[in-house]
Amino acid sequence: MTDKPTESPANKAHVDPTRNSQADVLVIGGGPGGYSAAFHAADLGLQVTLVDPEDNPGGVCLYRGCIPSKALLHVAKTLTEAAEAASYGVIFAKPQLNLHEMRSWKDNIVGQLTQGLGQLVQKKKIHHIRGRARFLDAGRVVIEQEDHKSEWVFSHAIVATGSRPIALPGFPSFSPRIMNSTIALELADVPKSLLVVGGGYIGLELGTVYAALGTKVTVVEMMPNILPGVDKDLVSVLKRRLDNVFADILVRTRVQALKEQKNGIQATLVDKDGHERRRLFHKVLIAVGRVPNSGELGLANTRIVKDDRGFIRVDGQRRTHEPNIFAIGDVAGEPMLAHKATHEGRVAAAAIAGRKVVFEPRAIPAVVYTDPEIAWCGLTQTEAQQQKRKIKVGKIPWGASGRALTMGRNTGLTKIIIEPESERLLGVGLAGPGAGELIAEGALALEMGAVAEDLRLTIHPHPTLSETVMEAAETLFKPR
Amino acid sequence: MTTEVRIPDISEGVTEGTVISLLVAVGDDVELDQSLLELETDKAIVAIPSPAAGKVASIEVAEGDSVAVGAVILKLEAGAMAAATSGAEAGDAQVEPSSPEKVVEEAAPPDAATADAAVAATAASAPIQPTPDAVTATAGMPPDSPAPDPAESGPIADVAPAAPSVRRLARELGVDINVVPGNGPHGRISAEDVREFVKQTMTTSGSGGTYIATGAPASDRKTTAGTTRAGSIPGADDLPDFTRWGGVIREPLHKVREITAAAMSHAWHTVPQVTQYDEADITEVEEFRRAHNQKLGDRETKLTMTAILLKFAAVALQEFPQFNASLDWPRRELVMKQYIHIGVAVDTDHGLLVPVIRDIDQKGIEQLATELTEIAARARERRVNPAELEGGNFTISNLGGIGGRAFSPIVYPPQVAILGVSRARTEPVWHNNEFRPRLIMPLSLTYDHRVIDGADGARFLSWLCEALKQPLLLAMKG
Repeated sequence: MTDKPTESPANKAHVDPTRNSQADVLVIGGGPGGYSAAFHAADLGLQVTLVDPEDNPGGVCLYRGCIPSKALLHVAKTLTEAAEAASYGVIFAKPQLNLHEMRSWKDNIVGQLTQGLGQLVQKKKIHHIRGRARFLDAGRVVIEQEDHKSEWVFSHAIVATGSRPIALPGFPSFSPRIMNSTIALELADVPKSLLVVGGGYIGLELGTVYAALGTKVTVVEMMPNILPGVDKDLVSVLKRRLDNVFADILVRTRVQALKEQKNGIQATLVDKDGHERRRLFHKVLIAVGRVPNSGELGLANTRIVKDDRGFIRVDGQRRTHEPNIFAIGDVAGEPMLAHKATHEGRVAAAAIAGRKVVFEPRAIPAVVYTDPEIAWCGLTQTEAQQQKRKIKVGKIPWGASGRALTMGRNTGLTKIIIEPESERLLGVGLAGPGAGELIAEGALALEMGAVAEDLRLTIHPHPTLSETVMEAAETLFKPR
Repeated sequence: MTTEVRIPDISEGVTEGTVISLLVAVGDDVELDQSLLELETDKAIVAIPSPAAGKVASIEVAEGDSVAVGAVILKLEAGAMAAATSGAEAGDAQVEPSSPEKVVEEAAPPDAATADAAVAATAASAPIQPTPDAVTATAGMPPDSPAPDPAESGPIADVAPAAPSVRRLARELGVDINVVPGNGPHGRISAEDVREFVKQTMTTSGSGGTYIATGAPASDRKTTAGTTRAGSIPGADDLPDFTRWGGVIREPLHKVREITAAAMSHAWHTVPQVTQYDEADITEVEEFRRAHNQKLGDRETKLTMTAILLKFAAVALQEFPQFNASLDWPRRELVMKQYIHIGVAVDTDHGLLVPVIRDIDQKGIEQLATELTEIAARARERRVNPAELEGGNFTISNLGGIGGRAFSPIVYPPQVAILGVSRARTEPVWHNNEFRPRLIMPLSLTYDHRVIDGADGARFLSWLCEALKQPLLLAMKG
């Protein structure tokens, strides 16, 4: 007997052709992009099938990203504020940490949110399949579920498979000791020391959590600054505080080797001059970036095109090279942010329903939830410099803000960037506690095409941090 | 020769500050007054300007350093830059001069590209199994040049100052928001401006009416943001004052009327149309229809002449595929559609709607009648999806139920033809040696003369009339 590959059970035997398997709109992936696309398509009267491996929708954001990290950052904030209260005469006893409670509190939040989404799926009569889909061609997928495979025909598909953390090239895969963000969020314990590889927002946020819980955190970053690409003046506000919170921030430094030992991980660090040094850490968190999940989708069976980083190429409606297949969220390109995916999901769903829609935001706000927070939207000063674009910048440090001082904080920065001639708002940058909430005003102002005068003439409540937006605009009008 | 640059006296009472960002690096050429670093003091953040042009030889401070007034911050090698270009407006205003950074590739302005893409994308329906033709239809907006990443993309001030709701309205009306003149402060564009622009464009781009085209052409009205528009409010003096002759009531256009007006106007101005008239003998077909309906129970869908015509038209489209096409003029291509979707004009309380019946070639007349009755009912109740109004290749407008001897329908681009149906009546027809009473239905076919020649139009219509007279023709071809 010779093997006939086409007869192998893996290929054919488990495909069950008897099932009803036709979808108007097939959404692959249940994160913020996928579920909002599915919901919107259902609201527009389309018959929707959602394929996602989890019990309920939620994706990385709810299960392993935005939400659990924000829960833990709230814990960190409580600890930090309690400790700093001593400076104004309130002295708490040393806090006792119950990690079990902390984890279940965080997990309950995740459960509550994802179950809510599950109920919406039912209410909107969306067919939810737990599984993974792979394209056979531009009109069919095979969906792999736990126990069987089935073939589905679709009219339209939306790919929303998101992204995943990458490992360091040439280093061991992730383990309880060499963590990625997913493992770090599980909060197995509070290690004595932690090496965070990567000074981007994920590393800094999780580093902040562990530092507040008592871990000695060291951050290494290859670039000359943490948060590469973000305006230096904003980062500087954060850096000055992190210098006290973290044991060490090593920039222009790379990790050459990681070796598991009995008592921890031995890391070999190389600085910009080529000097090597070895340090021992109880745990390591790799947070050097994320890559799109576009590899196992069977895209080769379609005419869909990826760029060299693996992002699916799409047009303004998020349509791929296959006119009936769309891609949204992390898998469709930077910035990899949940709220961008949500908006794209709605655009793709509306496009399928025949609406004239285009994804054309004037501003996608970005927030780093460290303490202090950093947030920006629209044009940054760094980008303006790269584009050799003339701009005018109005800045207000928070040292004079009554609200900041009454919160026990005196560092922070608000800046607005305008086009010098028309005075049209081009961008807003914020650093300080609550920056993430304040940035929404900037996003609205950009979308509405506001000019500096609009911000200056809008009455902001006193005393609040939001006043600094108005004041930053005011600086642009001061006589020389 | 090197010069030491020191922290200058910033203002009274300020003796020191914290360096929050270095704006230059060693080796940079700097101009006079270019910002070197930013210093945060108790009172403000100040940019320290360069006292001279030169090359940065060394930097003596780091970000986060606390420095006193008078301290050396960096050393400049003078004379490296022979010709200092135009002095930047430095100092208080913090204008950022362009620095010799690497040049970033210019991204195309996102709006123009994406707006076109939207129109192209909605025009092309996406079939389950895309055919080569469907691909060409959408290739006008290849994702090869995807809209630039908005976070990195370009100049916000270059795109029109319009709120998201206004941009959406413009898209729906097929208007490029970037060419709409804004009447708000700083050239901001309101929904009213968009509607006005559509009105202006329509009245000035062609025939208009004798009353209307008195305003300046739309192109003259385009003004740059912020400047005042010349002349009076457009549209205000375009119509005579009707109240001179009696009372008037003004009603806002509802949505369907607005879209119909725009679409018909576009069709009239872009498509050279020809209408041909013919008459079909439907005596036998009508006899069959009546007999069939009499056999039906009360709940079953009655067979309508429009449902029958759908089937006949579908076969005609297969017989004459150039009627099932669209013209892609910029690419000099005909888009030949491999599917048969036909729109049926439905008269509703809120205006004309044209739901599309799909894949007619694969359906029997009975099913077509059911589908048509169902979707027409929903159209009247305003419960159709926008998607159900799109993707048609041909349209049937049957006014026979209302009356009329003949009319010239207007082609609905990108379709290339439309069939008008008027009221049938019994007429004496000369047969052999006598007049015989026959049921005659007047048909009118309007087509896009760019795509279809008169002879083909005549052939299409004759074929249709012949087929209606001798329905077996359907079985011969279909």
